[in-house]
Amino acid sequence: MGLNYFLILSAFIFCVGIYGILARRNGILVLMSVELMLNAVNINLVAFAAFVRNVAGDVFALFVITIAAAEVGVGLAIVLLIYRNLHSPDLDEVDQLKG
Amino acid sequence: MLDQAWLIPTLPALSFVAILLFGKRLPRKGSELGIVAVGASFVLACVAAVQWIHKIDTASTEKVKPVLHHIEWWQNGAVKFGVGTQIDGLAVMMMFVVTLISFLVHVYSTAYMHDDRRYTHYYAFLSLFTASMLTLVVADNTLQLLVGWELVGLCSFVLIGHWWEEGVNSTAAIKAFLTTRTGDIGLMIGVIITFFAAGTFSIVGINTYAGSHGAQHDLLLAGAICLFIGIIGKSGQFPLHTWLPDAMAGPTPVSALIHAATMVVAGVYLGARLYPVFFNGFSIGHGGVNFMAVIGGTTIIIGALLAFVQDDIKKVLAYSTISQLGYMVMALGVGAWTAAVFHLFTHAFFKALLFLGAGSVSHSGSHHSFDMKKDMGGLKKYMPVTFWTFMIGTLALAGIFPFAGFWSKDEILATAGKTGFDGFMIVGIVGAFLTAAYMARCVYLTFFGEYRGHGHPHESERTITVPLIVLAVFSVVAGFLQASPFGIEKFGEWFEPRVAFPALEHVEFNYGLAAASLAVALVGLGVGFYFYERRRQLTALDGLTKRNALANAGYTFLVKKYYLDDLYENVIVDGTRTAVAQASYWVNQHVIDGVVNAAGRGAARLGRATYDVVDQRVVDGVINGIAIETGLAGGEVRKVQSGRVQRYALLLFAGVALLALAIFIVNVA
Amino acid sequence: MWEQQLAFWVLALAMAGAAIGVVRSPNVVHAALFLVVVMAGAAAQYVLLVAEFVAWVQVLIYIGAVIILFLFGIMLTRAPMRGEGRALDNDQRWAGAVVALFTFGVLTALLVDAFGNDKIRFDDSLVGQGRTATVGTSIFQNYLVPFEVVSMLLLAALIGAIVLARRD
Repeated sequence: MGLNYFLILSAFIFCVGIYGILARRNGILVLMSVELMLNAVNINLVAFAAFVRNVAGDVFALFVITIAAAEVGVGLAIVLLIYRNLHSPDLDEVDQLKG
Repeated sequence: MLDQAWLIPTLPALSFVAILLFGKRLPRKGSELGIVAVGASFVLACVAAVQWIHKIDTASTEKVKPVLHHIEWWQNGAVKFGVGTQIDGLAVMMMFVVTLISFLVHVYSTAYMHDDRRYTHYYAFLSLFTASMLTLVVADNTLQLLVGWELVGLCSFVLIGHWWEEGVNSTAAIKAFLTTRTGDIGLMIGVIITFFAAGTFSIVGINTYAGSHGAQHDLLLAGAICLFIGIIGKSGQFPLHTWLPDAMAGPTPVSALIHAATMVVAGVYLGARLYPVFFNGFSIGHGGVNFMAVIGGTTIIIGALLAFVQDDIKKVLAYSTISQLGYMVMALGVGAWTAAVFHLFTHAFFKALLFLGAGSVSHSGSHHSFDMKKDMGGLKKYMPVTFWTFMIGTLALAGIFPFAGFWSKDEILATAGKTGFDGFMIVGIVGAFLTAAYMARCVYLTFFGEYRGHGHPHESERTITVPLIVLAVFSVVAGFLQASPFGIEKFGEWFEPRVAFPALEHVEFNYGLAAASLAVALVGLGVGFYFYERRRQLTALDGLTKRNALANAGYTFLVKKYYLDDLYENVIVDGTRTAVAQASYWVNQHVIDGVVNAAGRGAARLGRATYDVVDQRVVDGVINGIAIETGLAGGEVRKVQSGRVQRYALLLFAGVALLALAIFIVNVA
Repeated sequence: MWEQQLAFWVLALAMAGAAIGVVRSPNVVHAALFLVVVMAGAAAQYVLLVAEFVAWVQVLIYIGAVIILFLFGIMLTRAPMRGEGRALDNDQRWAGAVVALFTFGVLTALLVDAFGNDKIRFDDSLVGQGRTATVGTSIFQNYLVPFEVVSMLLLAALIGAIVLARRD
């Protein structure tokens, strides 16, 4: 099984995540895109762990998952705050720093 | 003294300054300074004359040169300017005459100008005049001569207008000044021409050049004509003689000094000094007709005719002076240099005598009036000294043997006849007749008949009569300096130039001509006396000028002085003044003002255009444009800071991708 | 082995399609569900890579907790569920697509260049590596400090989320 398959799959999902971050208007959808990216990274890590025969990759992936969970929690809290203040989850409306 | 001749003009100059500075504080109000200075100059001039005569008499060679002293003042390129003295016979003679008559006038004026309103000022300018005339006389270069010439003109102006409070006097002064000034244009051009012809201002140099073979005749002719125009102005020749009669508005001593004896003869002196220029320029040696003789001859007749219709005794004498100056100029024109200068010499004495005599008459006889017909007459018995001296002067002027005028006038006529100027000889004889006649009229009206005035006539004081007597003596004896029949030709021997001088023809004494002119003069005197003696019986002539139109026309023509004054003042001066003034005004309003206004408007318009276009649009546009563009650019750039996180994220990812590509390319490719 | 390859490819395509679905779906809930597919597919890939513990943790945490959180968030923010489709994409999606494609291109070129011929050896040592015991041992022996730090992080995140989201 070629390593590259996993890696290119990971790269693909990562880039889809990039697109999602940039293109989606809803804050929650942006967070979902972030999750996509993190998953892509995880796939990468685990693939390398299998390739290099080092368990560190797995461990790293675990930590990523953990942190991703934490990050989603905080992120959603922020999105909720935005929704509460602006009455819309639309990130385009968050432009008070417009200068 | 020949080497220290510069002292002679300097002493009166110093007295001029001294009188101006503190004349008023002196006991005799400055007149003592003037008298002393001019007296000293006279003494020095006599010494110089004696020295010169001695030099001539003891000279080893015929060609006795003038004594020259020169100080170079400054240099302009190749031209040197300086002052100096040229003492020869002519200069010595003139110095003698000028200082003597000036001295006598100074003394005379203490009585005549007594209690005058500007006594000190008068003496100051008498001194200045004497100094200027002497500067002119001793000058060794034409520029210095010109300076003296102009200064005497100035003094004439000041002294004629001595009583300038009366408008007549100041007008006369201005007329004198401007008329001589008109002549001076010619003089200045003549000086310039001779300078360029001869390459020097020095009189000896110019004379040498004029007499040399390489001289350009046309230049000499042009220079002679221009110089002669100056002579016409200054010496009262036709047509610039009109100022002389009007100059009689000045005090009588001034008339005696300036307008009889010295200043007016400055022109003749110039002619005598630069004679080679005139002689060669006008080709006098070839007889016939030349400009100088024509003008001189015309002046003789014109002056004499006008003297007949004057009621003012001074005006008679003024026209007589004009006529006699005509004699001198005509003499120069016919090649009779010695005769002309001799006549100048003798004329100075008897004309000054006549003027001072007239002054004496007015001072003591006619209650300060000069009108013969109204205020004089029969003064013979009241003023004997004045009468006899005046008679001597008249006889000298008329040319009666043995008085001075006889000898000098005769020499002129003889030379004219001999050198091929026959016409002018006739003119001279006619002039002699007229001279005798009008002088007889003048004497008769003044001294004979009944007293018609309002004053108490009496003889004048000694300070007036003594100068009269002195001049009378000179009028008698001066003629004998050149009494050819007696073998005395001292005047010519002593005073005629030997160096740089054309070879003139010296005629012998012509007994026939002398007798003829004497007879003519006596006839003239007789006719004059008889006419006025028998005036009452000649009733046929009463009111002739009123009855006969031709006689009236002739009389009016003379009284109006040939309408020359009208011509000059009304036609030439007024016409020029009006035309020139109007033309100038038009040019000023339309051309000059037009240009100036157009320039002003153009500048204003340019300014406004600059403001509108350059300042408002271009400059402000650039400045404002920069500001606006900066704002717009800022506005555009500001859009980057949209406040939208996803926009930032886009830029971030794009940058990272590019960076990754760059690293990839650098490291891998 | 062809079974591996087939499994991989099926999973890969499913994941790819679901990922695109996440970012392109007009419905937010559909997007969340597509995300579930992607995560499940990822877990399956872990299993394929003989990292069973990671796979199980993925399912447990990601699909079990994170997605639920997302669904709660969707519910609380009243995200538009249907119909207002195009409104979910902002105006820079084309630029974003370009950037994403570009990045994908760069990454692919890099990977191909770097790991073009590398193969994963699937053998027994690999099996042993992916076992829970091995991973656990590694965490508590080699990576203890990061483990503790992560605990702190979770605590901070917990507190932070509460502080942020509470109404007062």
